[in-house]
Amino acid sequence: MTGSMPRTPGSPRTPRNPETPGTPGAPKNRATTLMNSKTLRRRLRVAAPVLLSVSLGLALGGIIAALLQVSPLDFYGQLWSGTVGSSFGWGQVLYRATPLIFCGLSVAFAFQARLFNIGAEGQMAVGGLAMAAVGAVAPSAGPIALILALGAGALAGGIWGGIPGVLKARTGSHEVIVTILLNFIAFAVVNYLLVRGLALPETVRTAEIVESAHLFRLSDFVPAFRGAPVNAALFLALLCAVALAAWLRFTPWGLSLQILGEGPGAARYAGLPVGRLTAFAMSGAGALAGLGGASFVLGFKHYFEEGFTGGAGFLGIAVALLARNRALAVIPSAIFFGALSYGGFVVNRTVPREVLDVLQAVILILFIVFEARRTAGEGRT
Amino acid sequence: MIEITLAFLAQVLRISVPYVLAALGGTFSERGGVINIALEGILLGGAFGAAVITLATGSAWVGVLGGMAVGMLLAALHGVITIWGRADQILSGLAINMLALGATRGGLKVLYGSASNSPRFEGVSSVFEGRAAFLQLLGHPLFWMAAGLVILAYLLLFRSGFGLALRAAGDGPRALDGAGLSVDGYRFAGVLLSGALGGLAGTWLVTEQHSFTDGMSNGRGYIALAAMIVGKWHPYKVALACLLFGAAETLQIRVSAEWIPTQFLQMLPYLVTLVVLAGWIGRAHPPRHLGEPYDRSGARS
Repeated sequence: MTGSMPRTPGSPRTPRNPETPGTPGAPKNRATTLMNSKTLRRRLRVAAPVLLSVSLGLALGGIIAALLQVSPLDFYGQLWSGTVGSSFGWGQVLYRATPLIFCGLSVAFAFQARLFNIGAEGQMAVGGLAMAAVGAVAPSAGPIALILALGAGALAGGIWGGIPGVLKARTGSHEVIVTILLNFIAFAVVNYLLVRGLALPETVRTAEIVESAHLFRLSDFVPAFRGAPVNAALFLALLCAVALAAWLRFTPWGLSLQILGEGPGAARYAGLPVGRLTAFAMSGAGALAGLGGASFVLGFKHYFEEGFTGGAGFLGIAVALLARNRALAVIPSAIFFGALSYGGFVVNRTVPREVLDVLQAVILILFIVFEARRTAGEGRT
Repeated sequence: MIEITLAFLAQVLRISVPYVLAALGGTFSERGGVINIALEGILLGGAFGAAVITLATGSAWVGVLGGMAVGMLLAALHGVITIWGRADQILSGLAINMLALGATRGGLKVLYGSASNSPRFEGVSSVFEGRAAFLQLLGHPLFWMAAGLVILAYLLLFRSGFGLALRAAGDGPRALDGAGLSVDGYRFAGVLLSGALGGLAGTWLVTEQHSFTDGMSNGRGYIALAAMIVGKWHPYKVALACLLFGAAETLQIRVSAEWIPTQFLQMLPYLVTLVVLAGWIGRAHPPRHLGEPYDRSGARS
């Protein structure tokens, strides 16, 4: 698995220009592609994989419901009213979307350099534990505890994510398999630290963090969200998305990452430090995933519990994919997957909630196939 | 003393069997050029299939076939997505793992009304049922099947025309194409083989446990992939790596936590793989065109 880089078809930066097929040496400049992309046809073609996979996936959900002798209309009616059809539902959906935004951004960030971060799950676990450990002992003067806890989460996730980056830069080992391995190592390390002192006796959770490290719940200000765990970590996630989008666009480092994404050859030609950039891309991704625990640890339960990540790191890959690795598009994508995730609990009384898990997988499969078709069509000479 | 040692050995072998089977599967798939992260889901799906078919037909051996069939079905899906659909192999694998986890969990509820496990059943059993652990293992037909498959996999990969063509599909697809053979066809065959073997690995898991439990593959597909890398895509070495990982897992169960943290043994396979990947002990060279869809026209570089 150390062979070629995985080329995800979901890249917004298809080097070939679709308006002028067959032109050898068509401009590979990103800005040019973006300007030319402002035609309806092109936009439709770009949007088609998203629309098709989501609608076909949802149609399949209806068929599964019908097979389970539940009217598809009832099924989707329930799903709608339980998630985005009520303010409590929105509160739940946004709570689930919060870590998905962080993990989606994490995957999207690494992918700017064409690095594939499968390790968000482990990075989030390590970050969450660091957050809780620091949050429990931090001095509770002003916002210091909160800042320290967030910093610890980002730092721990960043270090954990940096390992595959450094290994790739130094030894060429492929980040996909290394991040998968590091997920399992992270779970073992977290478990070890919990058992050897961080957990309360006879539990797999840490002590509570100090009160000044808490992130406020939205229901404190918006009564309609009462009972829903959505909290200020959401704003932090949104802020990260906006900041990342701007950073990628307007800073030299952001640009460098994208040049690296065009291939190490291009980056070397541009005189960029390829090794350092690779390590940076991965540790930045790790830091974003490390912050993913903020919603649970700082905003909801106020402690770390083993297994709290619940697959958000893996679902983050789907989130980034459907967003085509664009920072701002990660937000609606995360809300969509957050709605499907919470939707499982809503419909659970009539159909098993796993139907929604299957649905997510099917949408992902359809999307990557449609997307491969699209990029192949554009690349045809 | 000897009894303890034999029991230990039996446990190592028993734990290693699903790793060996799944890792051989991964070897076939990757030798042909297709990364198969879906192995985790194939294992889980195979386990579920074996349980459901055994419970439905009452025949343990039909259940074995059922496990392999479900494994092949999931593998075929992976093949269709990546070979025919030319989609990214890693993403396809991850999606299939999600699919298998959701579908088996939902299937448990729909079929057996349980969120955690299927009813108990007798799978394929040992000739020496109820005897000492080692003897019991030696009498188990599936154990001998797995052992035989290691040799068979070697012969198929390195001593047959099929193996030569399959390896060419991963190492130099253009040459294979030039010889008038179908790259996609051989790749599909490799993926299907990985499904059958992965399904059999899952079957072993349910046979050992006499029931299907939710998420019972529990990362074994990934460990198998790690063993495949450590074993450098060679059946004998892969089997050896699996035994090593199996031994680490056995120690984890048997050694007291004071002596060595169980978590360290738990992460040992992954650490070893990491070290091998980094090239600190013998570099692992994957098939050269692993992960790339084959394009006859060569338009996509």
